[in-house]
Amino acid sequence: MYPSRFRYESPTSIEEAISLLEEGKGEAKVLAGGQSLVPMLKLRFASPELLVDINNIADLDYHRFDADGSLHIGALCRHEHLEKSADISARQPTIAAAAPLVADPIVRTRGTFVGSVCHADPQGDWASCMVALDGYIVAQGPNGRRNIPVRSFVSGPFQNVLAYNELAVEAVIPAPQGTALGGYMKLERRVGDFATAAVAVAVDMSGGKVTRAGIALTGVGGTTVDASDAAAALVGGSLDEASIAQAAELAASVAQPRSDHRGSASYKRHIISTFTARLLGSISESNERAA
Amino acid sequence: MTSLFEEITETSVDIPVRRVTITVNGEKRSANVEPRLLLAHLLRQGFKLTGTHTGCDTTNCGACTVLVDGRPAKSCTMLAVQADGRDVMTVEGLATASELHPIQEGFKEEHGLQCGYCTPGMMLAAKALLDENPDPTEDEVRWALSGNLCRCTGYQNIVKSVLWAAEKMRNSAG
Repeated sequence: MYPSRFRYESPTSIEEAISLLEEGKGEAKVLAGGQSLVPMLKLRFASPELLVDINNIADLDYHRFDADGSLHIGALCRHEHLEKSADISARQPTIAAAAPLVADPIVRTRGTFVGSVCHADPQGDWASCMVALDGYIVAQGPNGRRNIPVRSFVSGPFQNVLAYNELAVEAVIPAPQGTALGGYMKLERRVGDFATAAVAVAVDMSGGKVTRAGIALTGVGGTTVDASDAAAALVGGSLDEASIAQAAELAASVAQPRSDHRGSASYKRHIISTFTARLLGSISESNERAA
Repeated sequence: MTSLFEEITETSVDIPVRRVTITVNGEKRSANVEPRLLLAHLLRQGFKLTGTHTGCDTTNCGACTVLVDGRPAKSCTMLAVQADGRDVMTVEGLATASELHPIQEGFKEEHGLQCGYCTPGMMLAAKALLDENPDPTEDEVRWALSGNLCRCTGYQNIVKSVLWAAEKMRNSAG
């Protein structure tokens, strides 16, 4: 029994969870999938006074596409639901590509998308997807809901901007501006290891032109790296050899990799460039096939 | 280690204890547990179901894998209180009184175990796969077991064992 002692509550409604968080006065932690929090409790990196287990709140385990094309992922939607869902694989290629690469298959049965974004691990796969897709978190507190764009949601390694009495109830991926194309590539030494380096790409295309683009990098900085210049360089043009090469170079230039047991900084930078080019290349091919 | 469990069940004023009722291998079992008790420890030290092994204790190795409502979960990474009201299957739930489960038979036939430490977790991860996909390819078996580590590195025979079991289960179902 390794975690330090805590009070445990398992509310059955969002409102009840929020009032418990209020009571916790900043000394409470929310337990969703627990695949990061429970290990942290066991190591006593986290020693909350109160654990608010949201697993018994009904109707938070959904993901759905709304009529406008936006994707909504509830706080208890597990990684494996995204991995195995036909509508995700048909309509949201960046999420579909990343889902089978998150942790390992058993962790994916319990771990949640929203929890992973909240955990804000710089090595987290979902944060990169959220940045590439311009996603936002819906936070609910005692005074209602607010939307927090993921770029301002994560404030540092393992830190987010949620107030102590707010619960992240949903993640939202806005509707694509045209056809949603994209992918996720991750280099890992073995299944379940953190990424040596990974790249998330999401490109919306219409009439052969890029209407919106996002590129984000995993494992090569203190937080998820937003390669916004690389993405901006693509918007308005077509995806060709020159534009792909330029984006790959720009993406590699904003990476801040550190040499460690997973690889040298220059190797990781090389991976970023290679993965970005490969992802954009296959997006270009699939767009041509569809046209 | 018995004392650890009993120590928790002594309800003292200061220690918050919760009553949990879990269906374990088809049988309803209740216990008073401290919320910080891990499911793996309730199973092993509380219910004496020591077939569930704890290996790495860091969510990496999958030796402690059990099925929670039919899906595989690492029981060292779940609190016992989270299993309240749920259905848990451990390796002890695979065989009947008279017969081994086809997955256990497969591990015997194809020499799927060496030291045996990872075996219970492997078998339950395999069961979750075969419940969902009765006719997996070798590749699908390897992916499904990729959250379970075998430090004897006997993966080859583990994969063969699961494929053997899949075939046997298909044949007896047909």
